[in-house]
Amino acid sequence: MTRLPGWMLLSILAAAGSSADAQQVLIRDAKVYTESAQGTLEHADVLVRDGKIAAVGKGLSPPAEGSVIEGNNRPLTPGLFGGISALGLGEVVAESSTWDAQLNLDAAGGPKWRPDFDVTLAFNPRSVLVPVTRIEGVTWAVLSPFSKNSMVSGQGAAVTLDGRFDAAMEGSRSLFISLGGDSKSRTGGSRAAQYMLLQQAFHEVRAPRSPNEGALLNAEGREALAPYVAGGRIVFEVERASDIHQLLLFVRRHDLNAVISGGSEAWLVADELARARIPVILNPLDNLPDSFDSLGARLDNAVLLHRAGVRVAFSAGDDYNARNIRQLAGNAVAHGLPWEVALAAITTVPADIFGVGAQHGRIETGQVADLVLWIGDPLEITTQAEQVWIAGRPLSMRSRQTELRDRYLQRATLQQ
Amino acid sequence: MNAVLRSIWCAVAALVSLAALAGEPYPSTYRAQSSAPTLIRGATVLTGTGQRLEAADVLLVEGRVAAVGHDLTAPPGARVIDAQGRWVTPGLIDIHSHVGVAPTPGVEGNDDGNEMTNPATPNVWIEHSIWPQDPAFETALEGGVTTLQILPGSANLIGGRSVVLKNVPAITYQAMKFPGAPYGLKMACGENPKRNYGEQHQSPATRMGSLAGFRQAFIEAQDYRRQLDKAAKDPKSGPVKRDLKLETLAGVLKGDIRVHVHCYRADDMATMLDLADEFGFHIAAFHHGVEAYKIADQLGAKGVCAALWADWWGFKMEAFDGIQENLAFVDHARNGCAIVHSDSAQGIQRLNQEAAKAMARGVSMGFAIPPERAIRWLTSNPARALGLGDRIGSLEVGKMADAVIWSRDPFSVYALADQVFIDGVLLFDRQHPAAQPRSDFKVGQGTP
Repeated sequence: MTRLPGWMLLSILAAAGSSADAQQVLIRDAKVYTESAQGTLEHADVLVRDGKIAAVGKGLSPPAEGSVIEGNNRPLTPGLFGGISALGLGEVVAESSTWDAQLNLDAAGGPKWRPDFDVTLAFNPRSVLVPVTRIEGVTWAVLSPFSKNSMVSGQGAAVTLDGRFDAAMEGSRSLFISLGGDSKSRTGGSRAAQYMLLQQAFHEVRAPRSPNEGALLNAEGREALAPYVAGGRIVFEVERASDIHQLLLFVRRHDLNAVISGGSEAWLVADELARARIPVILNPLDNLPDSFDSLGARLDNAVLLHRAGVRVAFSAGDDYNARNIRQLAGNAVAHGLPWEVALAAITTVPADIFGVGAQHGRIETGQVADLVLWIGDPLEITTQAEQVWIAGRPLSMRSRQTELRDRYLQRATLQQ
Repeated sequence: MNAVLRSIWCAVAALVSLAALAGEPYPSTYRAQSSAPTLIRGATVLTGTGQRLEAADVLLVEGRVAAVGHDLTAPPGARVIDAQGRWVTPGLIDIHSHVGVAPTPGVEGNDDGNEMTNPATPNVWIEHSIWPQDPAFETALEGGVTTLQILPGSANLIGGRSVVLKNVPAITYQAMKFPGAPYGLKMACGENPKRNYGEQHQSPATRMGSLAGFRQAFIEAQDYRRQLDKAAKDPKSGPVKRDLKLETLAGVLKGDIRVHVHCYRADDMATMLDLADEFGFHIAAFHHGVEAYKIADQLGAKGVCAALWADWWGFKMEAFDGIQENLAFVDHARNGCAIVHSDSAQGIQRLNQEAAKAMARGVSMGFAIPPERAIRWLTSNPARALGLGDRIGSLEVGKMADAVIWSRDPFSVYALADQVFIDGVLLFDRQHPAAQPRSDFKVGQGTP
């Protein structure tokens, strides 16, 4: 067993790269936010073996083979959720040749509703956005598709950001459907038509129509939609309170498994949401009436939902700055959300919502070791991640941005 | 200079600038309301000049900073605010905003920020587009923003005149217009103009087309200025025919109108510096400047400020090399003038947090950036770039009494602006929601 100061060990591990993954690691004397029944443990240890958390507690024995990291009671949290976005689905959004998050079937024949469009197939773990994001403590994110032609955007899933090609996390596959004003142009100009069209599509799963009967779906589309009609997770992007209310009626009628994304007016129907046990993924910074769908946007939306018993997770829908998820949580605290609830909104709650909570989002024996050691309060904007592990492997804390920084720092130093 | 002399000097300066305004069209109608003297006691004060004072007092009298120091005496009738444990800064300045012109809600009827009909529209004045009821003004005030520059968008090479506003609730923009503030001219280099016009098979379709467009416009402005000078010397020659476009560009050449250039790439900025040299004008600030860190020394040497985001990057090619240390590099350079700007109705509400992120990145790189230094990015530096450094941007005696009391260190995510003063008037008070400004648009919508 080797025993080294944390910083020295970390640089060795970073240099060792992937060969370190068979090792055991003991992170000793950290302030461990377990997000589990154990709560927050001061001066606690976390033992990582084979990529999983093997033990959490005080005074754990160092592994016979492996390394020890001294935490000095700095915060250790589960790896953070990066929100719902197109992270890794492209490089430069203004350069369409580099961007794969959006389906445009304007020029294509046949039905325009393609629930079989699975955007995760375009995920590139080698995108420069991935290291930029993960070195800030974000270890996983949800990819969402967009369709120019249909309110049914397609399918997405959660992905781990450690660089593996097969990054989709088991059990996280979801269908994305866009409701309300944002989607009117794709549904004949009226939001009322959205339920009419959804009703038809759901009906087509059981009773197919031919194209000349105005079918929305082809055979592949029906096959893709069927599991969602039968209870698979559907993320509804919706803002206006009356739309959320109509959605809840629709969800109950069809016995759907729904998640709300957006929800800037969700506080107005908080009790309904609580009764229906439907969680809301929102941006706690949304406080402006960006459209007539969000006239009721307010900074304490998350607080009001939480008080009503609604599970709340955070997302800004940001690709390039998915790393700013902590800033959302910190601001939610500033506006009245309990600190622990805000941390849960970027760890356990989204993990549970997307069906990966048994493996990710907590520091608990048996969970995948996605961990972040912070230099201070993880929700504070001046805090940075000192070391990030995904599946027990310490990540290189480098990105294209740190390379550019160091190149110009060297020049600035030479000139002086 | 002692306090009395200083405030007399300021009063004279204010009279002079008001007099200079006489006859200018679309004049400011802003007059600060009268206010009781205010003594803020026992705060950590970041003056905006690089100083930090502990357990200090700030006295605001008749719309001016009357004193900053320890154990100040409250004048009769003064409102005394106990700010122990809290922080006081100058009012924040956002040098790059489209609030009121690309407003919320984002509806076509109020979308007035980009006159995308010609690559050179120096004839348009953004003030004529402002919708003062945009709710984003009041949310910016809640974030401590007391002054903001509204700019036209970046679709055109030359987008039009900017305007500086006091962030006061008003029915007309004239009642927000900062009295005596110089006008700015918005220019844009790089991808936006060439994308916008290239797609329509018009010039500019390339960066070289953009430069040709800038040069042609300023050649015409030089000629117009010669005509104006000649007419001024020779009364018999008769008046020069008015031309709204050339009046603005001649104002730039004379130095009356300050130049603000939307520009991302280091090499594009260097080309614009050469353009400015070719025609003899000064660039007050580059805006966005995602690659400013690559030429930080050159910007400092030229006395050009860089108004930047903390971490926006990547969304187009010219933003691909963005790094989180950009502001710190610019600040670190000799004579560097770093400014945090928002360009966003969201970001303007948290300029302090954007600065905090950039400050932390600079500190981890080994640069010494204490809060009293970083606050300059939001106060005295943008004031300087706006040509208002003598009036706002610091808590110095005689300056306009624009101040923010923060619940704690403003470089924390948990800090909130408790009270915001503009010209000594308490315009936002977190404890009194009923007295907070509220746009007409928010009235009767059944929401808070």
